[in-house]
Amino acid sequence: MEHFDLALVDWSRAQFALTALYHWIFVPLTLGLSFIVAFMHTFYYKTGDEKWKIMTKFWMKLFGINFAIGVATGIILEFEFGLNWSNYSWIVGDIFGAPLAIEGILAFFLESTFIAVMFFGWGRVSKKFHMLSSWFVAFGSNLSALWILIANAWMQNPVGTKFNADTARNEMINFFDVALSPTAVYKFLHTVSQAYIIGALFVISVSAWFILKNRHLLFAKKSILIATVFGLLASIFVAFTGDSSAFDVAQKQPMKLAAMEGLNDGEKNADLYAFGFLNDRTDNLNFKGIRLPSMLSIMAFRDAEAFVPGVNDIVNGNEEQGILSAETRMEKGRIAIQALADYKIAKEKGDTELANSTLKVFETNYSHFGYGYFKNKEDIVPNVPLTFYSFHIMVALGLFFIAFFAWLLYASIKDKLVKNKWILRLSVWSILLGYIATELGWIVAEVGRQPWTIQDLLPVGVSTSHLGIGSVQTTFFMFFALFTVLLIAEIKILMAQIKKGPEEGGSHV
Amino acid sequence: MVCRLYNINNTMNKIIDFYLSGFKNMSIHSRKLWLIILIKLFILFFILKIFFFPNFLNSKFDTDKEKGDYVIEQLTNN
Repeated sequence: MEHFDLALVDWSRAQFALTALYHWIFVPLTLGLSFIVAFMHTFYYKTGDEKWKIMTKFWMKLFGINFAIGVATGIILEFEFGLNWSNYSWIVGDIFGAPLAIEGILAFFLESTFIAVMFFGWGRVSKKFHMLSSWFVAFGSNLSALWILIANAWMQNPVGTKFNADTARNEMINFFDVALSPTAVYKFLHTVSQAYIIGALFVISVSAWFILKNRHLLFAKKSILIATVFGLLASIFVAFTGDSSAFDVAQKQPMKLAAMEGLNDGEKNADLYAFGFLNDRTDNLNFKGIRLPSMLSIMAFRDAEAFVPGVNDIVNGNEEQGILSAETRMEKGRIAIQALADYKIAKEKGDTELANSTLKVFETNYSHFGYGYFKNKEDIVPNVPLTFYSFHIMVALGLFFIAFFAWLLYASIKDKLVKNKWILRLSVWSILLGYIATELGWIVAEVGRQPWTIQDLLPVGVSTSHLGIGSVQTTFFMFFALFTVLLIAEIKILMAQIKKGPEEGGSHV
Repeated sequence: MVCRLYNINNTMNKIIDFYLSGFKNMSIHSRKLWLIILIKLFILFFILKIFFFPNFLNSKFDTDKEKGDYVIEQLTNN
């Protein structure tokens, strides 16, 4: 890929990662907190109890602050697609167009309309319509996430489409194959359910702080109870969807799975690391630790005897297992690239026969297209240590959350929360653990799939625009400054509202 | 017909009034929040988008055919 400036690619990649990671600070809180507010609002509607009204208003206010600060931060990703990633944007345009258009319409009608009713509607619309507006905001937010995640899932598992060699664009041939691919379904369920954990941890964190300060005790205990039930259900669901996601990754992105588990050489009865670390810093594939026998085979293929390919099998090939080597795929990829060039020339010359034959060669080798851009077979290996550690810390935190929510639920039911200062202090800081887990999740998903923007078809290096590196560096630091200011503003405004407490809160955001 | 138009107008007036009074009754904190939102949107759409993030292909080419040809050239000239 000498044609592409790697420094430019790395800066473009760093800028996108920065934007996505910052954007993902605001989004999961919106997704999770919206449902908790809707639950509280429903309790108020059902009981008419003013305590529920106070709770609904307080958490709605904090939801509103996060929503307001975070809204439109994702649009920056679209700016970057258009400028930095123009080749990629053009190639996937039709696939991203439909889900993002639906997302825009849904976001506009559901969120924009009902969020105003939710905040301005106290005493001005019927109680039922007001309560339903909270649910519409929650569902609208989550539906917005659905379409974005469908687009992301397609990059990891490009199905339901056909590449048009005349226009250089992927065209959708079956919307439902794109929208309902297992990758999309698992990605959506796993992503939103861990966002619910963030929402629950946020409520627990703030409420625990109130209890430690001996303020609003009844309010805080009730809030913790609701958040704990929600968080416990979400964290158990996350474990199942995470398992399903790993199963899907094993089928569609075996290199990512090998990186997640630091699996060098494939094996039957492959073990899963319960805990592991890099044994030799000079060798990125040499891990050791405590292993769970055959669990990787079970997780990846639902069969303890199943062979799980390692990095070496995917790079060098494994004839016995029917795995093509990277060099074979690179050769086929080069044939596909050359056939595309020949097809274009044949079309321009009006040579239909040659155009048809070159198109056939292109289509035959298209599944290896992206490999044709690599010079070295090792280029197809992602950053294994980063993927491994991110995956294992995320899983450990996921399991911790189940135990944490279960313990909190027990303590809430038995009314033992107030006396347990250490669990309250842990609860205050638990939101940070939630954010670490969710950001690590994205690192696993996105670093683990490197070097691809579209799995097997388009490497990151070929996706970028020819820009001056200075302009990408400048906007990188601009975004860094902008997002940091927004984050500081969010924390300051949230803290101010939290310190005011529930009773003193006004009715509107 | 006149009655239906009157009803539509009445509903529109109610919606506008709903939003206007909602904004008017906001707390000072909420007003500050809206100020942050407006400043952010201004920075995003009127500074970043216009001066720093033009669409690369749109700024170089007029037609989809030109854009497609350029991308194919990018894909095949490696």
